[in-house]
Amino acid sequence: MSSKSLSIENLAKQYRLGQFGTGTISHDLNRLWYKIRGKEDPYLSVTESNDRQTKGKSDYVWALRDVSFDLNQGDVLGIIGKNGAGKSTLLKIMSRITAPTRGKISIKGRMSSLLEVGTGFHPELTGKENVYLNGAILGMTKKEVARKLDEIVDFSGCARYIDTPVKRYSSGMIVRLGFAVAAHLESEILVVDEVLAVGDQEFQNKCIGKMKDISKGGRTVLFVSHNISSVRSLCTKGLLIENGVSAYFGDVSSAIERYLKTGISEQKFFVDRSAVSERIGNGQMKIETLEIFVNGQPSAVSMIGDLITIRLKVTSLALSRFKIAIHIFNFAEICVSNIENVDSGFLPDPFAGERIFEISFRDFRLYPDQYTLGFWIGDKVSEETFDYAKNCIGLNVIEGSAIVKRSLPKNSGMVFLTPEWKSLNPG
Amino acid sequence: MKTDEWDYIIEPEGKVRFYNLTELKKYKDLIFLFVKRDFVSMYKQTILGPVWVVIQPILTTLIFTIVFGRIAHIETGVPSVIFFLIGVVVWTYFADCVTKTSETFIQNQNIFGKVYFPRLAVPVSVIITNLIKFGIHLLVFFVVYLYFFADGGNAYFGPTYYLALVPFALLALAMLGMGTGILIAAMTTKYKDLRFLVQFAIQLGLYVTPVVYPLNAVDEKFQWILLINPVAGLLETFKLAFFGADFAVFSWYQFGYCMVSSFVILAIGMSVFRRVERTFMDSI
Repeated sequence: MSSKSLSIENLAKQYRLGQFGTGTISHDLNRLWYKIRGKEDPYLSVTESNDRQTKGKSDYVWALRDVSFDLNQGDVLGIIGKNGAGKSTLLKIMSRITAPTRGKISIKGRMSSLLEVGTGFHPELTGKENVYLNGAILGMTKKEVARKLDEIVDFSGCARYIDTPVKRYSSGMIVRLGFAVAAHLESEILVVDEVLAVGDQEFQNKCIGKMKDISKGGRTVLFVSHNISSVRSLCTKGLLIENGVSAYFGDVSSAIERYLKTGISEQKFFVDRSAVSERIGNGQMKIETLEIFVNGQPSAVSMIGDLITIRLKVTSLALSRFKIAIHIFNFAEICVSNIENVDSGFLPDPFAGERIFEISFRDFRLYPDQYTLGFWIGDKVSEETFDYAKNCIGLNVIEGSAIVKRSLPKNSGMVFLTPEWKSLNPG
Repeated sequence: MKTDEWDYIIEPEGKVRFYNLTELKKYKDLIFLFVKRDFVSMYKQTILGPVWVVIQPILTTLIFTIVFGRIAHIETGVPSVIFFLIGVVVWTYFADCVTKTSETFIQNQNIFGKVYFPRLAVPVSVIITNLIKFGIHLLVFFVVYLYFFADGGNAYFGPTYYLALVPFALLALAMLGMGTGILIAAMTTKYKDLRFLVQFAIQLGLYVTPVVYPLNAVDEKFQWILLINPVAGLLETFKLAFFGADFAVFSWYQFGYCMVSSFVILAIGMSVFRRVERTFMDSI
C-alpha cells in the first residue's frame, strides 16, 4: 500500500533580485562565455541564502536550497514556514510553473495543483462553458468533465445560473464554481495552496471539509498553510522550511512545534526606555524597562492557557499616589482590555526611587492574534499622566494550545472562555 | 509496483530538447476549448457579431483597390479587386498568427502563473482560430473570384493544376506564422522592446511582401531579394494556383525554399519556446 508516490532530491531554485532589464544582456553574454568554455554558470556560486531581513551583497538568492523528501501514497504533507521562507517557490516548482535551478522531482501518477480557483475563467462564457474550460486547464478531458458536470454544478450551488455568462456572477459564486471544478479532479497527487480557502466562513469550512475527504481517500496531498490548526487537523506529515532550507521533515506535530519555536526569537520581549527622552506625561514617575515572560521564560509568543508575566521597572522622583493601567490592543487596534491595578485589589504605597512591579496573567485567554501592550502611570486621583508607554511592546498569541480542541479562525472571537457545562433533567 | 518507476520527472533545463508532442495531444480538448473561447468572446456584445470577420478583408481590399489601383495605377494584371483580396487574405492570416502568438506569454501570464499545461496549447489554438478565419476569408475570395471568372471577358486568367499546392502553401504559412510568433514570444519575456518592434515590423512587412503590387512588376534582378521572405514565395504560389503562370513568379526551388525555411523556423521557434516556457515566470 505505502509505495512512494513522490520523491524530491536536492531541489534548489535561484532568483535574481532587484530591477530586471538593465544588465540582462551583459549577464546573458557572460553566462554564454562561461558555457562556451565549459564552466558552470558564474552566477550560481555568488548566490546567497534567502534571508529576508539582511540585505545581501549579491543580486542572486537561493529561494530554495537542497530540499529533499519522499512521500508515500496517501501521505498528507503540510508545508509550513514564515513568509518568504520558500513555500510558494516549492509549490511553483512542483506545479511546473517554473523550473528548478538544480535537483529533481519524481512523480508517480497524475499531479494537479490548485494555487487558485477558477483559473482561466472567461467572463463572457457561461458557467457551464467555464466549467469545461477550467476543467481542461486543470488537465481533465472533456469526457471526464461531462461525466462529473452534474456533481460539479450541484457542489457549487450555482445550478440556476449555469447558463448565464460568468460576468453576471457575484464574486462568491465564481469562487464556488471554481472550487467545485477543482474538488472533482481525479489526480493521484494534489498540490494545494491555503489561499484556496477563500469566500465566506461557510464556504471556507466546506473547502476544508472537502480537503479532508480528499486526503482520506488515499491520495497524496501537499498542503501549504499558515493556519497551524488546519495543518494539524489535515496533515499526517510536516515539512518546515526556513530561509529556503528544509529545517524539519517528519511527523506533523514535531514540525509544528519546531515552527512555533522559531517565532520566539523574533519577538521583542524586553524594552529599555531609560534612554527615551521624549515622553508623554510630566515625568514625575517613569517606566524604565518592560519585560515579558511566558511560562517563566523571556518570550513574547504565547498560547491560550499560558502564564504570562510582565515586569515593569518604574522610577519615581517623589512620593506620589499613583495608579498603573495596562491597555491591550489587538491587530485591528481595538482595545480588548483596559486593566488597572485597583481591579485586582493591588494598592501600592507611594515610593521614591526604583521599584519593579510584576503582573501575572494566569491562564491567559485572548484569541490568537498580534497584540500590542501600552502602559500608563498617573496620579491616582486627578489622573494626570506621569508617563505613558504607548504601543511599546508586542505580544503574539499563536494557535496550537493544548487546551484548545478546535480551530480558532481569525475574527471569530476575542476571548476564549470555558464555562462549566451541565445537563439537567427537566422537572 | 516497483518504487523507481516514475511517471514524470521535473528537472532543470539541460540540453536543447525537442517538444514533447504526445503531451500536447493529451490536451487537445483544451486547445479546442481555447478556440471556442476565442470565437465566442471575440464578437460578444457587438451589433454585427461574426460579420466582422468578413468586413475586415473586404474593407481593406476596397481601400487598396482605390489607393493602389485607381490612384497609384498599379498594374495588377488580373482584376485588381481579386488581386488585392488574395494578398490581403494570405497576409492577414500570417500577420494575425504572428502578432497573436507573439503575445502568448504576456496575455496569459495569469493562467501560466497558476497552473501547468503545455504552454504550446495556446499558440496552437491561436493558429487554429486564425485558420478558421482564413477559411471564411477564402470563401469570400471564392465568391468574388467566381463573379469575375464567370464574366466571359476575364477568360485570360483562371485556376491551374497548381491548386494542389495550396494546402501545402497554407501549411507552410501556418508553420511560418507560428514559428515566428513563438520565437518572438519567447524573446519578449526577457526583452520587452520586441513587442513594439513586432507591431512595426508587421506593418512594414506588408510592403516587402507582394500584396499591393505584383512581384513580376519588380525588376527581375531584384526579385530574389523579396523572395528571401518566405511569405512572398507562398503568396506567389497562391496567385499561381488561382490566376495562372502569367501572373505569378514561381519556381520549384522557390517553393522548396519556402517549405523548408518555414519548417526550420518552426523547429527553432519550438525549441526556444520550450526552453523559455519553463522559467519565464521568473523574468516576466
